[in-house]
Amino acid sequence: MILDYIPIFLVLIFSAIIGGAIVFSSKLFGPYSPNKIKQLSYESGKDPVGTTHERISVKYYLVAMLFIIFDIEVIYVYPWAVQFKTLFGEHGLFAFIPMLIFLIVLELGFLYIFVKGGLKWD
Amino acid sequence: MPFSNQEYLHLLPFIIIGVGIVFSVVIELITKKSREILPWFSILLFFSTALYSIYTIHNKYILFNGMIQVGGKAAIFNFIFNFAALLITMSSIGYLKKYGSNFGEYYILIQSAVLGMMVMAGSKDILMIFLGLELMSICFYVLAGLNRKKHSANEASLKYFLLGAFATGFVVYGIALIYGVTATTKIDILIQNFSAQSSNIIFVTGLILFIIGFSFKIAAFPFHMWVPDVYQGSATTVTGIMSTAGKAAAFSVLIITLTAVYTVNSPNIFSPYFAAIATLSMLFGSIVALTQDNLKRMLAYSSISHAGYMAIGLTASNSYSISGIIFYLAAYTFMNIGAFSIISIIEGENDSRTNIQNITGLNASKPMLAAFMSLFMFALAGIPPLAGFFGKYYVFIGAIKSGFTWLAIIGVFSSVISVYFYLRVVVFMYFKNPTEDINTDTSTFSYSAVIISGAMVLLLGLMPDLLLNLILSVVNW
Repeated sequence: MILDYIPIFLVLIFSAIIGGAIVFSSKLFGPYSPNKIKQLSYESGKDPVGTTHERISVKYYLVAMLFIIFDIEVIYVYPWAVQFKTLFGEHGLFAFIPMLIFLIVLELGFLYIFVKGGLKWD
Repeated sequence: MPFSNQEYLHLLPFIIIGVGIVFSVVIELITKKSREILPWFSILLFFSTALYSIYTIHNKYILFNGMIQVGGKAAIFNFIFNFAALLITMSSIGYLKKYGSNFGEYYILIQSAVLGMMVMAGSKDILMIFLGLELMSICFYVLAGLNRKKHSANEASLKYFLLGAFATGFVVYGIALIYGVTATTKIDILIQNFSAQSSNIIFVTGLILFIIGFSFKIAAFPFHMWVPDVYQGSATTVTGIMSTAGKAAAFSVLIITLTAVYTVNSPNIFSPYFAAIATLSMLFGSIVALTQDNLKRMLAYSSISHAGYMAIGLTASNSYSISGIIFYLAAYTFMNIGAFSIISIIEGENDSRTNIQNITGLNASKPMLAAFMSLFMFALAGIPPLAGFFGKYYVFIGAIKSGFTWLAIIGVFSSVISVYFYLRVVVFMYFKNPTEDINTDTSTFSYSAVIISGAMVLLLGLMPDLLLNLILSVVNW
């Protein structure tokens, strides 16, 4: 029913009011002393002026790659964890052991990265 | 859904290699001596898997809800992959020290690549093919650039990665279209519906994209551009396994997908495509190889032309020509690995001494190496009592039985051209005076790899029935 959605609309309205009030009041009451650095557009702490074809350290690439590994781990483990009770009821230990093997192999890979110094920044 | 213990037992070859990889990683983690232990551990793994596969060849099962099959053709392919990896591991032990990248990871990557190939050869589902393909390819990309301080290796790795990823893109797009039309990825169901779907333009486009992707991997002519640079730039032992087991894995996929199509739907609608790439690859590979002075580059072009000979078998795609391809792949594996092992023995530091001039007068200093090199060259050229001859013979017989006599004639013509550049190596070794000292490394394991390959080339040449009857008995599984 359309009436069921009224709380959601209320949340939307209240969040818009509160968010707007915070932004507006900080503009209204806060000190305002602009300088050149403050006015630069935000670019993750890097200087946003200059060529975009900059060489980026390969370390970022490594971190991104390792992140993907653990991201995929979460993709597998999360639905399994949500459904675990039903799975365990139906299949018993079969619901548990394959995931255990998967996690052991994955953590072995993590250990490998750690021991080989893949997580050292310098 | 739980699977029975029996299913895990039938999956034993995969489990041996898979558990072996995990153990290898642990060995690499806990000890600095891993590079001395891992080659032997790998040899043990490959040997037991090869032996077990050939021993259980008649135990044919489809496992895990029709995802993977064991026994039959898959077992023969597993034998080829593992035997190739075994020989390559043997010749790597001495070579890697000289090449300057004696890492334990090398052996782990070879094991993973072999696991990927086994998954490819045994798959009954297109997604399993993709999984195996990725596992194999990613390991090969890394192996090609094994020595990261060498420009040639970096170039080889990057080129292989970019073009390989492009080819994989073709495969995935093809799979997506096939799935979009048929709503299944199971190969058996696809084959049952093949006649009904074969007039559907989207389905046929998907299949063609799929086949084009694998034409890259077998290094056939219009998709061959990565082959010479990658084969020349990578470490010689890596080239050895890439050109043999990697090619065999790609062919195994084409065989399991296309021959089943042929059995329910004659005539084979892909014959014109394969006839075209076979003709072009044979002639292009043979003619361009005539002018190559670098041995690895020469063998790369010869690899293109051998892909052409094997594609003749796919054109005909009757049970004779398919057995011919599998026999050819086994023979090609042994002769090519033998040749690459000898190059890896002769090769000096920094990719030096891989030119044909560097083996001038090899007979004077190393008569045994020269004899084996000429054996492999004769076999690759297809001189009768050796393995290469029977590979070509069975493929051509299959082609003639299906009425592709003109293709067999082009094949013979191309073999005649190729005799020139194979025998040129022999002429340089025997009929010219040495211009420089050839100091080879004295690792006995490299020599034993050469000797085993030579013995297999002779065995398959003198008693081809041994393997061919085995292949014919399982070719329809």
